[in-house]
Amino acid sequence: MDDLKHTGLYDLHLSLGAKMVPFAGYEMPVQYAMGVLKEHLHTRAAAGLFDVSHMGQVILRPASGDPADAARALEALVPVDILGLREGRQRYALFTTETGGILDDLMVANRGDHLFLVVNASRKATDLAHLRARLPDSVAIAPVEDRLLLALQGPAAEDALAALAPAVRDMRFMDAGIHASGFGELWVSRSGYSGEDGFEISVSGESGRAFAEALLAQPGVAPIGLGARDSLRLESGLCLYGADLDETTSPAEAALGWAVQKVRRRGGDREGGFPGADRILREFEDGPARLRVGLLPEGRAPMRAGTALYAGETGGAPVGEVTSGAFGPSIDRPMSMAYVAAAHATSGTRLFGEVRGKRLPAIIAPMPFHPTTYKR
Amino acid sequence: MKFTEEHEWLMAEGDVVVVGITEHAATQLGDIVFVELPEVETMVARGDEVCVIESVKAASDILAPLEGEIVEVNEKLVTNPALVNEDPLGEAWFFKMKIDDLAALDEFMDEDEYKDFIE
Repeated sequence: MDDLKHTGLYDLHLSLGAKMVPFAGYEMPVQYAMGVLKEHLHTRAAAGLFDVSHMGQVILRPASGDPADAARALEALVPVDILGLREGRQRYALFTTETGGILDDLMVANRGDHLFLVVNASRKATDLAHLRARLPDSVAIAPVEDRLLLALQGPAAEDALAALAPAVRDMRFMDAGIHASGFGELWVSRSGYSGEDGFEISVSGESGRAFAEALLAQPGVAPIGLGARDSLRLESGLCLYGADLDETTSPAEAALGWAVQKVRRRGGDREGGFPGADRILREFEDGPARLRVGLLPEGRAPMRAGTALYAGETGGAPVGEVTSGAFGPSIDRPMSMAYVAAAHATSGTRLFGEVRGKRLPAIIAPMPFHPTTYKR
Repeated sequence: MKFTEEHEWLMAEGDVVVVGITEHAATQLGDIVFVELPEVETMVARGDEVCVIESVKAASDILAPLEGEIVEVNEKLVTNPALVNEDPLGEAWFFKMKIDDLAALDEFMDEDEYKDFIE
């Protein structure tokens, strides 16, 4: 694993008994001694600490000092209401392609005089090139290279983080702000990717390890690897870029209409004006040809990514394909996400997934599979 | 107890052979969440895929270590796949097979040889 990068917590992972795997160019912990299943359940019962330092942190700073200038510029790249994002708030967004696909999904926070972005590790370079090519010179693009990013998720997360930075108790879901602490400035948002209440915290590289150890010393906090991160996000119906979203999937196909506010849609005050707007806005009105859906296999066998889906038990061409599939520890059954032809995409529809040559039944089901517990 | 290079253990019990997976295999696979067993009274050839195991990470097969007839399967694994992680060498046996000649077991590794093999 010579060419792989390490996050600032690499040595800590090893000392905690992590099993390391390559992920998006980094050597990352896939699990610790507890194992994926128990780590998943532990996060939902207490709190899990995830190293997500491989993700990209980017500051967009307008020369004018007016965040509306950065917001206006960013709106040319995302079908999302950024101008309406108030100071101290964060929002989910998508970079779209000229053909109406998704270049990446990301978080955008308004931090007063600038915007703060968190993008996927695997898309960092692509996103930065995109921003540099498309944003005006009046907006400075500054990748944040010297900070780590941690996610603390689960019902014990608030108490654990508040022990180190008490003011986080007052935050609600998708608040984002800068908090003083004994570990320097913490850039905190009340968000995450597990379906649980929790926080994502950016901390300086120098203080990162001590901060992580201080969190791990709090009651109920355990280190959690990428394996459980994946089953937690899938149970919560959250997309993984590269699996459930890519440059061929459109926002309407991906059932991400909730992320595209009215003001950017047809008839809205700031309609369109982002890459692929024609296709994307038309699909929201006319409906897409295929849709991302949740799928619950009736049996115990997981239907993993790539599983072909059929309308009948025999014959016929596939009507869809699984893009993520795993066992859901909290729901105690297998679960999948899939893209399915619109005619077969209604909740309750019974499809058949071909697993090891056998067609096994599965029901299209609403997501999340496990209820989320965000503190709204 | 004998061991195969596919990380199965074999144990003679009267005129049948009990087959399971080793602790090393169970640890490597991670948490087992699904087990599919063969039908009893099936004749299998050596190397046939007879069981499917799905862990939180991926699917894998158990191959028939010898030619013979499946005479019993451990249904407990279907309802409680986690047993494979908890007690791989004991309660979590997968199937029992009848073979022509128990001397066929001699070709497999003993415990010390298997320990060397996985190092």
